[in-house]
Amino acid sequence: MLVVGMGGTLATLFLITLCIRALSVFFPVRSEDHKEEKK
Amino acid sequence: MIQAMFSGLEALFEGIRFLFAHGGPNVVMIAVACVMCWLAIGKGVEPLLLLPIAFGCLLVNLPLSEVMAADGVLKTLYDFGIGNELFPLLIFVGIGSMTDFTPLLANPRLLLFGAAGQLGIFITLLLALALGFSKEEAVSVAAIGACDGPTVIYVSNMFAGLNKIPTAMVGALAVAAYSYMALVPVIQPPIMRLLTTRKEREVKMPSPKGKISKTALIAFPIVVTVITGVIAPKGLPLMGMIMLGNFMKVTGVVPRLASAAENEIANICTLFLGLAIGGTMAGPQFLTRETLMVFGLGLVAITIDTVGGILLGKIWYLLSGGKVNPLVGAAGISAYPMAARLVQNEGQRWNKHNFLLMHAMAANTGGQIGSVMAAAIMLSILKGLGII
Repeated sequence: MLVVGMGGTLATLFLITLCIRALSVFFPVRSEDHKEEKK
Repeated sequence: MIQAMFSGLEALFEGIRFLFAHGGPNVVMIAVACVMCWLAIGKGVEPLLLLPIAFGCLLVNLPLSEVMAADGVLKTLYDFGIGNELFPLLIFVGIGSMTDFTPLLANPRLLLFGAAGQLGIFITLLLALALGFSKEEAVSVAAIGACDGPTVIYVSNMFAGLNKIPTAMVGALAVAAYSYMALVPVIQPPIMRLLTTRKEREVKMPSPKGKISKTALIAFPIVVTVITGVIAPKGLPLMGMIMLGNFMKVTGVVPRLASAAENEIANICTLFLGLAIGGTMAGPQFLTRETLMVFGLGLVAITIDTVGGILLGKIWYLLSGGKVNPLVGAAGISAYPMAARLVQNEGQRWNKHNFLLMHAMAANTGGQIGSVMAAAIMLSILKGLGII
């Protein structure tokens, strides 16, 4: 249970980390985002 | 006539008679309710939850109280929103709406601290099993290590609904979880200082530079929900509700719904949840050896969570050539944003020019996701084993 549970949590969060990286690559910051931030 | 007067008077004193005859545990629990009130009012310890829990506890322990009887007000609230896990889930929508995942998206590696910060859940699970708790009870106790009240209530109540754990245990677990969440500023700093050297605590980490696009912020809750649904479907309601709240917030197109989730819905559910949980704290059922063990194991769980996060931080410190401050690992628990602020304060205590807040916020939101993910995975494993 310890190995599967902890390993599963770590692996899933690692997968999410990779997805976040991919999101940053596929959806880079656009100039509109900056404009919205300034507003 | 006189006989009727005496009967009436006798009825008025029935409560007092009961208190003297069998009311020992009730008196103890009324004292516990008073202590919880004092903690909430005098010390500011999680007042949003401790106050209604304390009042529910008081109501149920007054002699001959019927608030938890078949049609009693607290029993109705319990059946309406806790027996079916509705209130914790609605609170999660509010939590999602209050959480800002931007620091995490700017520095996604720190999400791994959110996994290390769940070590306490799994070690406590083994400890609880070794101490003789049933599998379902052990999982419920271990969930305290998620450092997240609604998760504990959701998991334990799932088993209470299946009659696998006593209902009174849900109250003990909830109070333990919220108490230890409030005690994080007391529990964590000594562990941080014990496990790190001065040199490690003084490490300065530069602010994350990456900007996050709005599209990535909007896609994030969907991605996390889909991953959870595929890997650990038993925890999908938990993660799905957090991510729904966050989704409504980041899209910016439903500000009224996001505001309602964050304020009205979360507030109403918190009140009802607190009262109903207090209602499960009836003295005769609550004052058991198991309750004491729950509180002991809860402390162990949160201590090991902190140790797990800091140890990963130390490993990261070594691997990065001293660029990562191991204190950030302590924020990998779900107590948001308290744990992050604690890391910031501790970092500045040893190096006045250190600004760890953004990194700690990233680890802390990672801890929120990690705690729900750990609970989801634990439930899915149990389902795989045919236990639930």
